[in-house]
Amino acid sequence: MIHNEHTNTTWLFEITPKNKFFTLNLKEVWQYRDLLMLFVKRDVVTVYKQTVLGPLWYLIQPLFTSITFTIIFNNLAGIDTGTVPPFLFNLAGITVWNYFTACLTGTSNTFGANAGIFGKVYFPRLIVPISIVISNLIKFGIQFLIFIAFYIFYYLKGVNVGLNGSVVFFPFLIVLMGVLGLGLGMFISSLVTKYRDFSNLIGFGVQLLMYLSAVMYPMALIKEKLPDYGWLVQYNPLAYVIETTRYMLLNVGHISIWGLGYTFLVTVIVFFVGVLIFNKTEKSFIDTV
Amino acid sequence: MSKDIILKAENISKQYRLGQVGTGTLTHDLNRWWHQIRGKENPYLKIGDVNDRSTKATSDYVWALRDINFEVERGEVIGIIGKNGAGKSTLLKILSKVTAPTTGNIKFKGRVASLLEVGTGFNGEMTGRENIFLNGAILGMTKKEIASKLDEIIDFSGCDRYIDTPVKRYSSGMTVRLAFAVAAFLDPEILIIDEVLAVGDAEFQKKAIGKMQDISKQGGRTVLFVSHNMTAVRQLCTKGILLENGNIKMHSDMQSVLDEYTKSSKKQSEFKYLIKEDKTLISKIAIKNQFNYLTNVFQYNDEIIIEIDVIVNNPKVSLSIFIKDNDFNLIFIDEYPVNESGKFKIIIPTGFLLKSTYYADVHLYRPNINFFDSKKDEVTFIIENYPDKFSMYDNVNCGIINSPLVWSKIG
Repeated sequence: MIHNEHTNTTWLFEITPKNKFFTLNLKEVWQYRDLLMLFVKRDVVTVYKQTVLGPLWYLIQPLFTSITFTIIFNNLAGIDTGTVPPFLFNLAGITVWNYFTACLTGTSNTFGANAGIFGKVYFPRLIVPISIVISNLIKFGIQFLIFIAFYIFYYLKGVNVGLNGSVVFFPFLIVLMGVLGLGLGMFISSLVTKYRDFSNLIGFGVQLLMYLSAVMYPMALIKEKLPDYGWLVQYNPLAYVIETTRYMLLNVGHISIWGLGYTFLVTVIVFFVGVLIFNKTEKSFIDTV
Repeated sequence: MSKDIILKAENISKQYRLGQVGTGTLTHDLNRWWHQIRGKENPYLKIGDVNDRSTKATSDYVWALRDINFEVERGEVIGIIGKNGAGKSTLLKILSKVTAPTTGNIKFKGRVASLLEVGTGFNGEMTGRENIFLNGAILGMTKKEIASKLDEIIDFSGCDRYIDTPVKRYSSGMTVRLAFAVAAFLDPEILIIDEVLAVGDAEFQKKAIGKMQDISKQGGRTVLFVSHNMTAVRQLCTKGILLENGNIKMHSDMQSVLDEYTKSSKKQSEFKYLIKEDKTLISKIAIKNQFNYLTNVFQYNDEIIIEIDVIVNNPKVSLSIFIKDNDFNLIFIDEYPVNESGKFKIIIPTGFLLKSTYYADVHLYRPNINFFDSKKDEVTFIIENYPDKFSMYDNVNCGIINSPLVWSKIG
């Protein structure tokens, strides 16, 4: 073939077999920002269409889980939560933990759940996991309101619930949790397109992970009672997020700068690996899904 | 004047794996990765069959497209046609970035929007209006763009009354109308359309074709259009690409491509044509054997039955059949008077035609006055072998007509 290179030099874009090694393509995501917001709206709104209780459903789940945890772990098993009421202790952990699992399970099914639309039309695939993280952030906000409500309730009852000054950094903690869930979810969603085994893994894996993430017990407790297995929790970045949450909101437990630094590092690595694999997958996953 | 090339595809190929993804995937992946880190070529790219669905595969990999090269000029409306499995949809998927080519690249000079099977991306729980915004955004429009065209879109879709009803209550026709309406008001330089006109009623199809003609003519927009609807393709497209087994067989003006396509669809044994009740025309031709079985491959001792449906609205019409050989030389003709619509049957008796490929042209005319309808070079049939008396010559050419000669010893 003869190419007329000099006449056709200004191509707008090009399709090639492979993406560049690492591209976030944020420019393209920005162009599709309206779609991002519409996806978020769709996710939030459609959940409670044709339901009577509507958004109340967002509140019922953490509430009942906290009650169950309080009965099982505190009343029955006798885990000591110090000066903080066990219910509030559990509610704080569960609310943050829920945000992580919602991000993880939501994004880990990106390709599977959207195969139909991905197979028909192109838009930056990254939009979908990002929209899931944002819509879950809204759900988290609603769930956090119920935590605040109970916090005020206990405060008015005269219970000594402390608030740590470091609470101003709480939003960063939530972002960290969201990014970690997003990164891990993208990583898994890419693997699931080829090896379905991972979708089985995620179901019970998340449940097991919760027990290793200090959701229903203080981190110090596991070191004290199970010194042989304490490292499992100590190397779990999620445990630090949960522990720090309670430190900020309820002034219990410890804050570990080393632990948070470690969590931050893991999050960054997981996120970049996730994006890397996601980019590689999005080009031709439709052939294997 | 230099050509304004808006899209240029160079050496695109697409390889698919046959069978189930699962067993052996991991070993192939590892092998591929092992070759990659040593800087060698992907070992599975060297193998792979030509994509012919009817033949048995000899390898696990198949080339859905192989070395596709073409250029599209600004403002062209290109029809992509081909048999099922020729690679049309794969090509459109690659062009619309849904999947990446295995090799090769495509360069664009404009924004691309694709409309592949409408209605995907619609959320049943949301209203028509909400879905216009959602679908528009999926297709690459901004909220502002959609809002400015909202009234036009609703008007074009004809779903005004239901616009605030959830889409799950819509009929399938209404969903298609709404989806097409959104896409029709897109503003990309290149629009890719796959089989959208297959649904919707005749009135809407007409409207859709008209809209597409407007888009390409006024806006100077480039359209790539895949369809099995030959009438729509003929009406809309200026140029055509004929795909066959993953290769471009022809890239030329639409009419020549359509002709080539009809020629290449030789295995067909039933032909249906557009019916207009008030005209005089041929509506259907079918080729069968003596067991009333649709086929166009025969043994020497089969009867060849040609059935022709005609609609007749004129007096003194004759139906004729012209049998031609493989080189289009006329062998014989015959005709039959037809005074009213109906189905006519012609039997070519056994042992009359010998081993060859034949064309059966059918004409409907008033003798020496005018032609009403003609179907030329479309209907073909093959006779595969010679009668027993020639079988000892091992397929030497023995002619194509069984001679009626009478032999006798007289001295």
